[in-house]
Amino acid sequence: MSEIKYTQDHEWIEVHGDGTATIGITDFAQEQLGDLVYIEIPEVGTEIFKGEDVSVIESVKAASDLVAPVSGTIIDVNSLLEDEPEKVNDDAMGAGWFIKVEMSDVSELDDLMDEAAYQACLD
Amino acid sequence: MSDDANLLTTPLYELHLAAGAKMVPFAGYAMPVQYPMGILKEHLHTRKKAGLFDVSHMGQIHLKGADAAAALEQLVPVDIVDLPRMKQRYALFTHEQGGVLDDLMVTRLETGLFLVVNAACKSQDIAHLQRHLSEQCKIEVLDDRALLALQGPEAKTVMQKLAPDVADMTFMTAKNLTLAGIDCLVTRSGYTGEDGFEISVPALKAKELAQHFLAESDVEWIGLGARDSLRLEAGLCLYGHELSPDITPVEAKLNWALSPARRANGIRAGGYLGAETIMKQFQDGVARQRVGIQPEGKMPVRAGAVLQNGSGEVVGVVTSGGFSPTLNRPIAVALVDSDAAAVATKLYASVRNKKVAVSVVALPFVKQNYYRG
Repeated sequence: MSEIKYTQDHEWIEVHGDGTATIGITDFAQEQLGDLVYIEIPEVGTEIFKGEDVSVIESVKAASDLVAPVSGTIIDVNSLLEDEPEKVNDDAMGAGWFIKVEMSDVSELDDLMDEAAYQACLD
Repeated sequence: MSDDANLLTTPLYELHLAAGAKMVPFAGYAMPVQYPMGILKEHLHTRKKAGLFDVSHMGQIHLKGADAAAALEQLVPVDIVDLPRMKQRYALFTHEQGGVLDDLMVTRLETGLFLVVNAACKSQDIAHLQRHLSEQCKIEVLDDRALLALQGPEAKTVMQKLAPDVADMTFMTAKNLTLAGIDCLVTRSGYTGEDGFEISVPALKAKELAQHFLAESDVEWIGLGARDSLRLEAGLCLYGHELSPDITPVEAKLNWALSPARRANGIRAGGYLGAETIMKQFQDGVARQRVGIQPEGKMPVRAGAVLQNGSGEVVGVVTSGGFSPTLNRPIAVALVDSDAAAVATKLYASVRNKKVAVSVVALPFVKQNYYRG
């Protein structure tokens, strides 16, 4: 059974039961950024640290970053986004996922919001 | 944001909100940066059909009087005296050192000259005109008028429905036209590289006119985001980026805008602010100039990125950069040292501490489609 958590940076993290998690940006985030034109995808095996930038997201208007919501090691990336960044605009919560990580400290999840809290922060 | 009490609004503000625009502060105005269609689709729509832009934040000025043309020539390196009636010309306000204070469009009317200046520069431009020209002509700020731009290959079809007379208008000409019963001053010009029109309309009638255009299935609202990517593809300068008080018209590669009549051997040579510097640069060349930049790969290279040559020496800076929806790749414009300005010169842009390989390319990136008859 997986559960989805959210960050104040408008990212989502789907926590799987096996200590891994999938990370992307929320629909609100893609809408704020506008049409995405370039996404720099990190390499599998890269170690990431909570709060640090892991990926560059460029929209028609500006550049922004994907910030690691948890620490861990990247075990998979959505390499489709390199050629089709618009997938994030089309389906931010699904086909537009960015990376999958093996978490190194699951207690970091405690700081994140559940869906109700995230929705409340959008309103 | 849009409800910021300090921001001015255009007469079309309510229409933008009703269309679902994302409003942003721009030059003191709440302006639509994009509509629900999004910048990419708005851009492509303008290249394919017709886009409607609210550019009412720009300054519209009437210089009245028989001596207006001769007077304005003191401030621009452009032939205004011999500008025929209902013809339009691109001009630049220069300062004593040859830098650019603003770029503008000048149209010769029966009653004098009609100027359109940038929103961010308009109060300074008006002060500049008043300081230098107030004894030679009457300076009337037309703040009771809105400005719409209708741009794209279908713009003429849409305009012809309202005024069949536009058919014989060519690029950079003007006409007084009644559109849907509203008296307008129309020029065949724009800032997208496409054929199109700019329409000066009484503020009180702007909404009504915009709704007439929007009733056409080929017409969509286009925001400032796509306006910028369209002009970038068309190789057009943006004030504050390719033009500034520190950049001369020659450095900006606008030699074509320096009218022969005002050049060193012209019939009214010089006689404008900064003429000595600009005429010398025109003759002898400049140390740096505006060029097109094609980044390799897909990563956009944006304004401010420093350019280096193969030896690591800094040779320039990107003045505008972004993504070209038409070409589906990043494009940029830069000011570079003249010895690095030849087409095909390989350079490196610093983007987030990474070096991105780029090449100098010819401008524009996308062919201009002006109607020249």
